[in-house]
Amino acid sequence: MTTLIEATDEAAARETPARRRRRVDRLPYLLLLPCLAIIAVLLLWPLGQVVAMSFYKLNSVRQLRGDREWPWVGLANYAQILGDPFFRTVLRNTVLFAAANVVLTMILGTLVGLLLNRLGKRMATFVASCVMLAWATPALTGTIVWKWIFDDTSGLVTWLFNKLPDGLSTALFGRSDWTGYGWFNSPLLFFTILTLVVVWHSFPFIAVSVLAGLKSVPSELQEAARVDGAGPWRVFWSVTFPTLRPVFGILVVLSTIWDFKVFTQQFVLAGGTQDRSTFMLSIYSYAEAFSPPPKYGLGASIAVILTVILLVVTGLYVRMVLRQEDES
Amino acid sequence: MKRIALNGVGLLVALFAAFPVYWMIATSLKPNQEIFSATPRPVPAEPTLEHYREILTGNLIPGVTFVDFFLNSALVAVATVLLSGLVALLAATAVARFRFRLRTTFLILLLVVQMIPLEALVIPLFLMIQRLGLYNTLPSLILTYLGFSLPFAVWMLRGFVAAVPKELEEAAAIDGASRAQTFRRILFPLVAPGLVATSIFSFITAWNELIFALTFVNDQDRYTLPVAMTFFFGRDDTAWGSVMAASTLFTLPVIVFFLLVQRRMVSGLVAGAVKG
Repeated sequence: MTTLIEATDEAAARETPARRRRRVDRLPYLLLLPCLAIIAVLLLWPLGQVVAMSFYKLNSVRQLRGDREWPWVGLANYAQILGDPFFRTVLRNTVLFAAANVVLTMILGTLVGLLLNRLGKRMATFVASCVMLAWATPALTGTIVWKWIFDDTSGLVTWLFNKLPDGLSTALFGRSDWTGYGWFNSPLLFFTILTLVVVWHSFPFIAVSVLAGLKSVPSELQEAARVDGAGPWRVFWSVTFPTLRPVFGILVVLSTIWDFKVFTQQFVLAGGTQDRSTFMLSIYSYAEAFSPPPKYGLGASIAVILTVILLVVTGLYVRMVLRQEDES
Repeated sequence: MKRIALNGVGLLVALFAAFPVYWMIATSLKPNQEIFSATPRPVPAEPTLEHYREILTGNLIPGVTFVDFFLNSALVAVATVLLSGLVALLAATAVARFRFRLRTTFLILLLVVQMIPLEALVIPLFLMIQRLGLYNTLPSLILTYLGFSLPFAVWMLRGFVAAVPKELEEAAAIDGASRAQTFRRILFPLVAPGLVATSIFSFITAWNELIFALTFVNDQDRYTLPVAMTFFFGRDDTAWGSVMAASTLFTLPVIVFFLLVQRRMVSGLVAGAVKG
């Protein structure tokens, strides 16, 4: 009985791999086909198309529908954009905003991750659940709530500033009555509030990822360093950070990509695309293309510039992920 | 002493993170005179559902209420989930179960396309939608979100498929089950929980999306909820009670779904970063 089973097993082991390989060859490609087709048609083709469109003068929907011809203008759209001082302002806004948000999100997220690792079990669960809540909130409604908190008559922040002693408030800000104060009127203040909203939305992901990283490395190293008399600052930079370096690398790149193309929060906070002084690249591209009069070609060229910047960052990300897959 | 300080900081973090969500719900339950009073109350003194009644029954445009927008959004999201789940399952099986020449290339492609700034695709996809004659229809959005959710769905699902022991399928094959039977009877039931988790992510992607919905649909009665929110609520700065009630109804399904699957998202995004 036993020998019979063994014999069959042996026969299976001898025959199956070769037979299976021959039979299997085509199947994985068939299974991939729908997925590849969708990625090609809905992501890669449009990506090529946006580059193509940036070389044409496209100022009406009828051109898009194919009812009218597309005049080729070469690099004229890029020349117009790059020669426009306003573009430089937008680019500066975008880079500064992304840099500030990445730095703040990483610092806050890492600190919260470290904190969650040190808290007692019940407290950690409670804080983590609250942090999850901020993460889960859709960008749209999260931004609407912050807009309400900064409302100029009944908003919580307006009330809070009105509560400040008049003397102090006047000394610090030059005014004591904050009712009716336009929190979103100056670009600097607008970007500050936008930063608050975006950091609030994005620090939970960093915190949870850092926590997951901390849980996966043995805590003995850190304890040993602490016993040897290293302070928290020293322990973090000499022990924790080096072990989690790959995690931090990926988190920084992901944050950079996300913060470079913030759209929804900006759109909702600004109440549309009318306020040009607070434009960043993604909303600038959108407004040029779709605000009447439409300039699809010009908008496309801005979208291409944004994409190129992000592709460079993505290249770094992919290299990092691949290097880690090799290591593990 | 140190413990107390740590717990104190923990409470501050929790407050900062959760307060806006709490404030949204609290405001939605306050009567107008409380919302607009000079001293805001932390807790509604006389909770009321009047704002919910208002948005659920009131016509935003003739014959169209909040519920219609909710249904538009649900239709788009569910269709996206079904299509994306099916296609992703096939692709994930290919990647997790077979070794073939272009496998690594495909995985790299998945990573790279996830990084394409979707905001940059509004213009070319608008062109495609115009050409296909899908402008001003909900299928234009289903198609768009299918493309957006698919790469992440495959990426996530391949982990679930790989986790099913291969021996089970081999045993079934030895017992004479055909490929289709093995897939349907063995692999599918075991991957189902993962498929649910993946579907929730596709759902959230489609449910939350604003820019494309704003651009591809023109008739107000076909708006999805996010567009209706920016159009009818986001610009009206006086009716905060209704705005918060609408926001709460929009947010709650997302929060519930999200909490169900967030673990997967973290492990998926930092996959390989941490040696397990």
